[in-house]
Amino acid sequence: MNQLTISGSPHVHGDLSVKKIMYSVIIALLPALLVAVYYFGWYALRLTIVSVAACMLTEWLIQKYLIKGPLTINDGSAALTGLLLAFNVPANLPVWMVVVGSVVAIGIAKMSFGGLGKNPFNPALVGRVFMLISFPVEMTTWPKAQPIFDAGFFADAVTGPTPLSLLKESGAGTLAKSGDMQFLDMILGNRGGAFGEVCAIALLIGAIYLLITKIIDIWTPLSILLTVFIMTGICYLVDPTQYIAPWYHLVYGGLILGAFFMATDMVTSPMTTPGKIIFGIGIGAITVIIRLWGQYPEGVSFAILIMNAVVPLINKGFKPKRFGVVK
Amino acid sequence: MNPIKTFPKGGVHPEENKLSSDQPIITFEIPKQVIIPLGQCLGAPAEPIVAKGDKVKVGQLIATAKGFISANVHSSVSGTVNKIDEVMDHTGYRKPAIFIDVEGDEWLEGIDTSDTLVKDITLSSEEIVERIKQHGIVGLGGATFPTYVKLMIPKDKKAEYVIINAAECEPYLTCDNRLLLEKPYEFLVGVKVIMKAVNAPKGVVGIEVNKMEAAKKLDEIVKGDKYFEGIEIQPLKTKYPQGGEKQLIKSVTGREVPSGKLPIETGCVVVNVASTFAIYEAVQKNKPLVYRVVTVTGKSVKKPSNFLTRIGTPANMLIEAAGGLPEDTANLINGGPMMGKSVSVTSFPTIKGTSGILMLNEKEAQPREVSNCIRCGKCMQACPMGLEPYLLNRLARQNNFEETEKHNIMDCIECGSCEFTCPANIPLADYIRYGKTKTGQLIRSRNQK
Repeated sequence: MNQLTISGSPHVHGDLSVKKIMYSVIIALLPALLVAVYYFGWYALRLTIVSVAACMLTEWLIQKYLIKGPLTINDGSAALTGLLLAFNVPANLPVWMVVVGSVVAIGIAKMSFGGLGKNPFNPALVGRVFMLISFPVEMTTWPKAQPIFDAGFFADAVTGPTPLSLLKESGAGTLAKSGDMQFLDMILGNRGGAFGEVCAIALLIGAIYLLITKIIDIWTPLSILLTVFIMTGICYLVDPTQYIAPWYHLVYGGLILGAFFMATDMVTSPMTTPGKIIFGIGIGAITVIIRLWGQYPEGVSFAILIMNAVVPLINKGFKPKRFGVVK
Repeated sequence: MNPIKTFPKGGVHPEENKLSSDQPIITFEIPKQVIIPLGQCLGAPAEPIVAKGDKVKVGQLIATAKGFISANVHSSVSGTVNKIDEVMDHTGYRKPAIFIDVEGDEWLEGIDTSDTLVKDITLSSEEIVERIKQHGIVGLGGATFPTYVKLMIPKDKKAEYVIINAAECEPYLTCDNRLLLEKPYEFLVGVKVIMKAVNAPKGVVGIEVNKMEAAKKLDEIVKGDKYFEGIEIQPLKTKYPQGGEKQLIKSVTGREVPSGKLPIETGCVVVNVASTFAIYEAVQKNKPLVYRVVTVTGKSVKKPSNFLTRIGTPANMLIEAAGGLPEDTANLINGGPMMGKSVSVTSFPTIKGTSGILMLNEKEAQPREVSNCIRCGKCMQACPMGLEPYLLNRLARQNNFEETEKHNIMDCIECGSCEFTCPANIPLADYIRYGKTKTGQLIRSRNQK
C-alpha cells in the first residue's frame, strides 16, 4: 500500500529554487572569470579559489560550531559571496587579506544577522569595503592587465593606475590625450582594476543570461546605468575639459559588475519595480557624486551599501498595486 | 473570434499536463453501493430526509438544504438506504453520509433522461433560479458554492454579463474541455438559460487557448445559429489562475471587482462549465445533479480518463478503472494540483465538487527543502491580487492578526501562485490560509460587539 501524504495546496511547485538562483549567478560570472585569468593569470585564479573556499568554510564553521543549526553550505550563496568578493580586489592582493575579507563578509555581514536572507547589506561589498579601509595601499595598488599568452601564466604583476584613479589624479584632459585608455580596451578588459570588473563584455554576457532566465530583472541595473549616464553626461556637456564623456563612466570602473551582479542581490534590494527603480537611481547618483567629487576614485561599492540601508524604507513606501482598489 | 485576452497582474504558468484531453467521456458503471456525503457544498451540510430501509429512485431528494448557503442532495442511484453513517470524505474528516445499496437504475418520474436537445426555455427567471436551487446545483469547479445564490441579483444591481468559466486553468484537469467538445449544444443552451435567469444581455465563454479545438467548435455553433445570439467565445491566455472569478472578470471585461465586494458589483455573474451543463439538465430536462464528469489522471496513471460518474461513487473504483493506483503515488488529490485537497484514503466518495482525482507521483510531490526567505519578491510578482505573501506569511506566523488584516489578507483568493513560485519553498499558502481563517474570526467577533 502506498503511503499517501497530506499537504496543503498547491501540490506542485515551479522549478525555481534558492540553489538554482545562486548557481545561475555563479555560472553567469564565469565568462568574466575566464577573462580575468587571461589578463591576470594565476593571481586571479588563486584569489578566487581562496576567497570562495574561505567564505564557504567560514559559513560552515559558524553553522556547525556556533549556531549548531542546519548546514546550508551547498546552497551556493556563500560560494557566490566568495566569488564576488574576489572579483572586487586587485589580482596581486596578498592572499591572507582576502581571507580576512571573506571572514568579515560571511561572519559579520551575513551570519551575525541570521544567515541567508537576513542580512541588510551585501556581504561581499561589506567584505570589500572592510578591506579597502583596513588595507588601503594593497587594495588600491592595481596590476596591469597582461595577457597570459604574452606574459605567462605565473607572470609577476606590474602595477599601474586604473582609468578612474588616473582620472582622479590628472583630470579628463590628460586622460584623453594620453591615448592609452581606449574605449575598446576598456570593454574588452585590457585595463587595470579589480580583476572581475575589467571586461564589460564578459559581464554583460552573464547578465543577459540572468535576464533571459529571469533570475534578475532589468529595472535596477537599467536605472543605475541610466542615472550614471545622464548625470555624467550633463557634467560632460557643461565642461568637457574637466569631465570625461559619460560612456567612459559606464565601463571604467566596477559599474557593470555592481549594477548587474551586486545591486540585484535579492536579499538586499527592493521588491517592487518602482522600488527597484528608486534604488537604482540612488545607487547611480551616489556613484557619480563619489566619482566626480569624492575622495575615492570609485564609488559603486559605497553607493550600493548606502542604498542597501534604505531598502526597508523603500519596501515600505512602494507596495504592489492591489487588485480591486481604485484610488 | 476575439483576440486573446488575459489579466495583467501576477499569475504563474505551471506545467499543463492535460494528459486526458483526448480521452472521450466514458459513462462509468453504477457501483453496488454509493456513499453520498451530506456536506457537499460550501456552507451548511444538508439534513437527511430518508431513513434506513427507505427505497429511493435516481433523482429523489434525500437531504434538504439547511440555511441560505446550502444545497439539496439527491440520490444518484435507485435502491435501498443501507445506513446513514460517518465516512472519511475528501476533507480527511469523518462526516455523515447516506449509504445506498444499488438496485437497478430507476429514475424518478418527470425527469427527461433522453438525449434530445431542448432549446425552448419555458420557465421564467424566478422559476429557473428556483429549479436550480431545488436541484442542488453548486459550483462544480471545486468551490461548490450554491449556484442559486449567485443568480439572485440584488434589486439595486443589474447583471450585464454572464461569464462562463471555461478557463480550466488547473493543470491536469480536462473534464470541462471534454464536456465542451462532446456536449457543446447542451452547454450553450445552458448559457442561454443562465442569461435568462439573471436577465443579462451578454454571455461570454472565457476559454484558455490550450483548448482551441473546443473554442473553435463553440464559436462555429454560436455563429451559425441565431438562437445563440448574445453569446461570445473569448480566448484567454493560458495562465493560472485565469479561472479565478475576479481574474476572469478582469480578463473578459477589464473590470475589477472591488476589494471585499461580490462580482455583481461589476455587472458580472460567473458560472463554471460543468455547472452550466448541470443547469441545462436541471432546467431543460428537470434532472437534479446526480452525476458529473471526473478526470482521473496523473503522470504515472496507466489510462488517464474522463468518467461520467454518479455522485457518491467511491474514488478507488474510478482509480481501478484508470489502471489502478500507481506504485509511486505520493499524493492523492480531490481536484487539481493547485487548489485541490490531498486525501489520505483512496476510498473517499466522489462529490459534486470532484472535478478530478489526481495521483501525483513521488517525483512531483517530493518534499522540498525549505530555506530562509531571500526577499526576492517573486511571490509578490506572482500574486494576482497584488498582496505581499512573504509579509502575510511572517505576520500569520507571529499570530499578528491585526496586521494581517491591515495588509489585506482577506483579499487572498488562495490560488497558491505565491507558494508555487517561491524559490525558498516556504509553505506560504498554508500560513496565509491559517492567517485568513484567524483574521476572519477576529473581524467577525469585532462586528458582533
